[in-house]
Amino acid sequence: MKIVVAGEQKEVKDSLTVSELIELEKVETPEYVTVSVNEEFINSETFDSHVLKEGDEVEFLYFMGGGR
Amino acid sequence: MAFTNEQLERYSRHIILKEIGVKGQKKLMNAKVLIIGAGGLGAPASLYLAAAGVGTIGIVDADVVDLSNLQRQVIHSTADIGKKKVESAAETMRAINPDVTVNTYYEFVSSANIRELIRDYDFILDGTDNFAAKFLINDACVMEKKPLSHAGIIRFKGQLTTIIPGESPCYRCIFKDPPPKDAVPTCKQAGVIGAMGGVIGSLQAMEAVKYITGVGDLLTGYLLTYDALKMDFHKIKLPPRGKGCAVCSDDPSITELIDYEQPACELKH
Repeated sequence: MKIVVAGEQKEVKDSLTVSELIELEKVETPEYVTVSVNEEFINSETFDSHVLKEGDEVEFLYFMGGGR
Repeated sequence: MAFTNEQLERYSRHIILKEIGVKGQKKLMNAKVLIIGAGGLGAPASLYLAAAGVGTIGIVDADVVDLSNLQRQVIHSTADIGKKKVESAAETMRAINPDVTVNTYYEFVSSANIRELIRDYDFILDGTDNFAAKFLINDACVMEKKPLSHAGIIRFKGQLTTIIPGESPCYRCIFKDPPPKDAVPTCKQAGVIGAMGGVIGSLQAMEAVKYITGVGDLLTGYLLTYDALKMDFHKIKLPPRGKGCAVCSDDPSITELIDYEQPACELKH
């Protein structure tokens, strides 16, 4: 199926979960990433069970602590 | 308040913009902006806001200028090493534009001082380098209903969002709590490309100017991310404010400020 990750279209296997996408995308510090699907934040406790659908738009939001 | 001839010339490139004009320039000259952190983000933001003629600029930092700062903190010079960053920043701003009143605060922000610090200002800019400060500033701005430009930078990446409390999502809507100590690298541990502060800090200054003059659309409800290596800017649309947020929902569970533990190594540079 086709999904959109960070604005880019990707071909992924059907019924991919958020956790599997995190692994596939090699997300840094996966324990602390915020994930939104179709402009809604996903509870991190449901990353394993949240199954993505065709056309879903996924964003990863990362902590960035620097500034000084 | 009438402009002097010198001011008309100094701000002529602003005044000629139909979106700014004399009216917008007056708004800038009457505005008060507080910049927390006189470093990678705060340096370029301070320079542009002083040059723009923002009437009062407050600058908060408890550090002194170190040689390792100069790769990115463009408001300080080699001759400033060892000087309080707030003093060095204030001197540079006054040299650029004597119209600007600069207030310096040589202190760390904490639950004890932050609300009072921000209260007198119209717009707050977060240029700090640790999560304890970033969460503290966010929460205090929500409680005091102060508009805030939040930003973070690391390595070749940066991001920012603009928060209008009560209207747009806050930092804690995105990230519920600070990550544990050392779980997420800081600039000192991971490095940061110098120009990143320039890009993101300048965008923060741009948001402050837009807020003050009421021009255009603010970066509210979005997190703008910048990846320098891919040369990619990306706007992430955020869910609406407050849904379950511990601090900015209509029924917040956080009503007192929290002093999170700051990694000891972060207290130095």
